[in-house]
Amino acid sequence: MKILISGNEAIAQGAIQAGCGFYAGYPITPQNELIAYMAKQMPRQGVFIQAESELAAINMVYGACAAGARAMTSSSSPGISLMQEGISYIAGAQLPAVIVNIMRGGPGLGNIAPAQSDYFQATRGGGHGDYHLIVLAPGSVQEAYDLTQVSFELADKYRIPVMILGDGILGQMMEPVQLSVKKIKANTFKKWALTGCQGRKPNIVKSFFLREGALEEANLKLQKNYEIIRKKEERFEGLFLSDAKVVLVAYGTMARIAKSVISRLRLAGQKVGLIRPISLWPFPQKPFNLKNKKVKYLVLEMSYGQMLEDVKLAVCGRQKVEFLGRSGGGVLSEEQIINKVKKIL
Amino acid sequence: MEKIFKRCQSLYDLPTHYCPGCGHGLAHRLVAEVVDELDIREKTIGIAPVGCAVVAYDYWNFDCSEAAHGRALAVATAIKRVHPQNVVFTYQGDGDLAAIGTNETIHAANRGENLSVVFINNAVYGMTGGQLAPTTLLGQKTSTSIEGREKKAHGYPLKISEMLALLPGVCYVERVSLESPAQVLKAKRAIKQAFENQINNLGFSLVEILSSCPTYWGLSAKESLDWIRDVMQKEFPLGRIK
Repeated sequence: MKILISGNEAIAQGAIQAGCGFYAGYPITPQNELIAYMAKQMPRQGVFIQAESELAAINMVYGACAAGARAMTSSSSPGISLMQEGISYIAGAQLPAVIVNIMRGGPGLGNIAPAQSDYFQATRGGGHGDYHLIVLAPGSVQEAYDLTQVSFELADKYRIPVMILGDGILGQMMEPVQLSVKKIKANTFKKWALTGCQGRKPNIVKSFFLREGALEEANLKLQKNYEIIRKKEERFEGLFLSDAKVVLVAYGTMARIAKSVISRLRLAGQKVGLIRPISLWPFPQKPFNLKNKKVKYLVLEMSYGQMLEDVKLAVCGRQKVEFLGRSGGGVLSEEQIINKVKKIL
Repeated sequence: MEKIFKRCQSLYDLPTHYCPGCGHGLAHRLVAEVVDELDIREKTIGIAPVGCAVVAYDYWNFDCSEAAHGRALAVATAIKRVHPQNVVFTYQGDGDLAAIGTNETIHAANRGENLSVVFINNAVYGMTGGQLAPTTLLGQKTSTSIEGREKKAHGYPLKISEMLALLPGVCYVERVSLESPAQVLKAKRAIKQAFENQINNLGFSLVEILSSCPTYWGLSAKESLDWIRDVMQKEFPLGRIK
């Protein structure tokens, strides 16, 4: 069945489909459709709480995950900043949470226009300590729905917080979504979860390791997990990479504009391709090993050179990497991108 | 000869890391005795604080979670909502519950979450080295109120239990003390009441325990108990508040 819904609602519906058993959130624009959708739908299969703050919301998610439920929260940039303490604890305690950031302009209160300027915060950890989240960036409403379900599976598989990173455009725009038939079973048994110690030794959920050497041991365990994730969970879409002279690199909403640019330039005979990272962490390395050694990359962002750093690391000095970005409410137009591509070609 | 006093099943047979004369060991034991007597060890989930009792889960023999400083009642809210059949309690100090976590405390209470709270008030920050707490008494010297707490600079000792008692979602608030064997027995009865309220689905219950910190009060263990009785209980009167 296909239904017409917004990106925010698609993420909410994806969570419902994935057997989410707990949602806590605090209102903030531009993701309010998500919390409203969850308020309506969650009580049928679990718990919905409008928390008193983002701090409380993320710590409720910590508690729900510790209790073994599939749990999610959602917010937008300033709210996600407030959640960083809790996200660090979730990572440290190896809990499988899903966190949605529908990004708006910053820094500070910024504005409510779409932006991609939380890329560093999302992909570098965001809070204190050596940790990562898996970060997935949907490029359409359908993908927002699909990736939300994937997020819950990855979170459980690796016991890691997973962030869905979208922006205000993706959250608010409506597109038809094919709903999946498969209903994932909620709250599968987790042997480490807090359920009461009947018939077993007590379980402890914690991120505190005071004994000498214990924290290093715990951190190395996290690093080992991250190494496996780096190898297995790269996700990207590649377009026209076999013959491209210029490859645009963009994610989320920015990649949609890049695709329009590519259609126009291809019609005019220009050999332009696209790498659209879907997993921002781990950042896809494979697509940057192109046969054409003279290829040039153009990174496009709704921020000022954040993903650019990961592209440069992936390209590793082999080719030239150019950049074009706008932020704070501005979004690159097709014309701006086409002019830049023509200069590079 | 019959043994009439033994270790609780809910408390491991371990020496604690607490200073001589500290009230935490006693408070842990009271919680463990209540859990044993109510026969709920296998369905109890405790939330340890950040503060001196951060590793309370090393001493209690039941499921426990850590919570970030001040966030214990947000964590407890979710655990109880996910597992309403379990008995969920938080164990928090004055800095945790009444300073950094005031927001989480008030809103969990106001939602009437069916939880039990063991609130340790020792009028000082212990783990970080004896700084001013929200409950520090006027005139009390700490490492961040060197001349003593002064109302114009630091405000007044916060009576959060009385504040919480105003909320309709709160069913039970009592202030007890560990200054003498008689008061310790009353403290245990209050903790038991708070747990029974939860088992009977009555809502949010809180027991404030006046507890000693000889190290950062600069007093001996015995003098600390006297100070609770002669000074602290004047600012924080004992008894049932709600």
